Amino acid sequence: MEFSLKNEQQQLLSKMATNDGHGENSPYFDGWKAYDSDPYHPTRNPNGVIQMGLAENQLCFDLIEEWVLNNPEASICTAEGANKFMEVAIYQDYHGLPEFRNAVARFMEKVRGDRVKFDPNRIVMSGGATGAHETLAFCLADPEDAFLVPTPYYPGFDRDLRWRTGMQLLPIVCRSSNDFKVTKESMEAAYQKAQEANIRVKGFLLNNPSNPLGTVLDRETLIDIVTFINDKNIHLICDEIYSATVFSQPEFISISEIIEHDVQCNRDLIHLVYSLSKDLGFPGFRVGILYSYNDAVVSCARKMSSFGLVSTQTQHLIASMLSDEAFMDKIISTSSERLAARHGLFTRGLAQVGIGTLKSSAGLYFWMDLRRLLRESTFEAEMELWRIIIHEVKLNVSPGLSFHCSEPGWFRVCFANMDDESVRVALRRIHKFVLVQGKATEPTTPKSRCGSSKLQLSLSFRRLDERVMGSHMMSPHSPMASPLVRAT
Amino acid sequence: MEMLSKKATCKSHGQDSSYFLGWQEYEKNPFNEDRNPLGIIQMGLAENQLSFDLLESWLARNPDATMFGSNGGSIFKELALFQDYHGLQTFKTELVEFMAEIRRNKVRFDPQKLVLTAGATSANETLMFCLAEPGEAFLIPTPYYPGFDRDLKWRTGVKIVPIHCSSLNGFRITKAALDEAYDEALKLNLRVKGVFITNPSNPLGTTMNQDEFNHVISFAVSKNIHIVSDEIYAGTVFDSSKFTSIIEAIMDRNLEKTDIWSRIHVVSSLSKDLGLPGFRIGMIYSNNETLIAAATKMSSFGLVSSQTQYLLSKLLGDKKFTRHYIQENQRRLKKRQQVLVSGLQSYGIPCLKSNAGLFCWVDMRNLLSSNAFEAEMELWKKILYEVGLNISPGSSCHCTEPGWFRVCFANMSQETLNLSIHRLQAFVTSNGDGNYQNQKLSTRISRRNSLVVS
Repeated sequence: MEFSLKNEQQQLLSKMATNDGHGENSPYFDGWKAYDSDPYHPTRNPNGVIQMGLAENQLCFDLIEEWVLNNPEASICTAEGANKFMEVAIYQDYHGLPEFRNAVARFMEKVRGDRVKFDPNRIVMSGGATGAHETLAFCLADPEDAFLVPTPYYPGFDRDLRWRTGMQLLPIVCRSSNDFKVTKESMEAAYQKAQEANIRVKGFLLNNPSNPLGTVLDRETLIDIVTFINDKNIHLICDEIYSATVFSQPEFISISEIIEHDVQCNRDLIHLVYSLSKDLGFPGFRVGILYSYNDAVVSCARKMSSFGLVSTQTQHLIASMLSDEAFMDKIISTSSERLAARHGLFTRGLAQVGIGTLKSSAGLYFWMDLRRLLRESTFEAEMELWRIIIHEVKLNVSPGLSFHCSEPGWFRVCFANMDDESVRVALRRIHKFVLVQGKATEPTTPKSRCGSSKLQLSLSFRRLDERVMGSHMMSPHSPMASPLVRAT
Repeated sequence: MEMLSKKATCKSHGQDSSYFLGWQEYEKNPFNEDRNPLGIIQMGLAENQLSFDLLESWLARNPDATMFGSNGGSIFKELALFQDYHGLQTFKTELVEFMAEIRRNKVRFDPQKLVLTAGATSANETLMFCLAEPGEAFLIPTPYYPGFDRDLKWRTGVKIVPIHCSSLNGFRITKAALDEAYDEALKLNLRVKGVFITNPSNPLGTTMNQDEFNHVISFAVSKNIHIVSDEIYAGTVFDSSKFTSIIEAIMDRNLEKTDIWSRIHVVSSLSKDLGLPGFRIGMIYSNNETLIAAATKMSSFGLVSSQTQYLLSKLLGDKKFTRHYIQENQRRLKKRQQVLVSGLQSYGIPCLKSNAGLFCWVDMRNLLSSNAFEAEMELWKKILYEVGLNISPGSSCHCTEPGWFRVCFANMSQETLNLSIHRLQAFVTSNGDGNYQNQKLSTRISRRNSLVVS
């Protein structure tokens, strides 16, 4: 009965509506379910699951709220802003409010240290970066065409670029042995593989800074990538959604800088995706941006933006906020400091028990190395370990396989979506878990390469305690140890 | 290798249509009472600007609609972080109550069966993605909103087969027209997945009557296909008792417990009723759980800004306000429509009898030089460039008979509407009835005279 009912639904609705292209039937949603059914709260539910699977930036709301309070005209609902209500509410031109486009272009320039200029007329709105990616896929590829994408990558790309477009994503496999860098060889290999399988490659999808790695691409790699796509005459989509989450060296280099200063290339191939969801912490406002150097793509994408325009109420607010340049400078630098502090707190805390993390300088998360905690080096073992972390350690972290990582044992851990107390609790739980596993090792320095071997010493709880309390294990480049580090 | 996709290089976005070209001409030379009094008056934009004063005064009385309550508590952060595609529950609850209120509470809606989308544009496209494979077809009565060619077909690959409606019976949907459309689809080897109706109709401004419901519903039942009802203009009905939602129509025929119930899908938006097109608030309502689940996930590509959801939850939560707004808005629209209809009538231009919408469907057949679409285009250009009015030619709405035009009346001030009627009057008087060519000389003289008179 149930089967025929489902079958009937499948006949009634399209394949797209009933297939798994949305990606939500992945087993990794168990982590979310565990969190949803038992969410941590410091007083109401101190033993609940702490959400460390959500890449959100909650660190600067105090500053932003203060700005909103002091700038009532930015809202069309206040006495000060209400005179704009009607003109904003009826404006549905898909070009977007000029002041919005100008402010966004200027902000993007600022984030790149004014090393490049952006033309507001090339700014196209979209329903978040989610919408921008899908729109680009519709513009650049026909069904069955493929884009190459370095692994590990953000799982949402599978849905955003493939679900309704029929496009394919082919991996460029990156490995821990060289810190997951993209190499010329790996790009060529992926391209050749596609050729052999008779799949037409239309482009390359890059996420810089990387999600989930948190690394920024170096100039040489970026030049190699641009050279590669230019030679093959394929498009490059560069998702720079984390561009203002950089908190230490090395600095972020945008693809726009590479094409303007470092290498000649056909600019019709270059397209950027951006959003305010990560840098500013506004995922609810759905401010997605598509920027293309290709006029035909701008024109087409703009027509398609009708399917996901930014609410003019929000455009108005964002235009006001982003054009307050002094404030935006403050946000960028404060966010950077706070992210650095958080990142350092966690990575040092993990290092105390010999848990390594990939050295990173950006993002709202870090890439944690739990390979030595695996029963064996398989994805089944990764899944087992992950379930233990969810259900026993009570942390929702994201396992590497969900990011298409080629090696088991890596986990993405988000750190910017919680308060300081939750951070302390999370660290305590991790320490306890590692000790219980009997896997605590000599503390590693934060700069250790993931390939280094570790001493298998078991430490008494008190010794670990001393180490953590007296922690001064800083590399010259990491920020001051937060006075908040307490592992007890 | 072709650098861009087929979708990017084809013309399915429909923007080469006269509907959009007229807008472009308007943009180049827009009318402004003070700065450009001879410019083109925009009568091709179905917007509702008549009741903003009501919204503005509500805002002035309700400072809590900002993200900072007067008690100092801020929900800015919560809203900024809220990206759940299920939408803000308070907003959805208020929204379904507002939708019910517009339908005289003859229908109650369940917020769990509602999907929020970035405008009805996104809702309609999403429904096509969910209900049809590329190459399958929906039947749509003509004339229809030109945007459907983009929204329903462009990226989805779905086809539209027209259900031809005729002025002989006021463009009502007939059984014969439905059958003919279905046969046409079969001839074209297209699998029909549903009927797509707009009720109240754009561009006609009429509400569906019981005969039409009978035809459409029996047809959909017998063919086992979907009915999508775009009810975006539901709140623009001059008299609420004259509007019947598809859901009410199904219930009236005692079909809720049958198969068809899960094949009925309603689209709406706050762009027309409340006049807030910039806020991108659209919705899909359906009793089909699988559809709702899929459409909800797809809404990720076009969610409604949480800031906007919050504002509207406050606005719509004020029931005294919404009741008053609905009534007063309807009253103003009716009055405006009457100004246009009587103004046109007074010099022999009839309009289709309508009871809803932000526009009239105007019969200018007797101004055509011949009964052909070329003549309609000629007339349209004259009206655009010489008279200075951007109105929408029936051909852009896929009307099968030349000579009909959609003229909007709610997106301008009373004075501007009067001026546009006056301009048209001058044009009509100078052109007269019948064959324009034969009367060229005399019309030039009479135009001069009429200008002097006015």
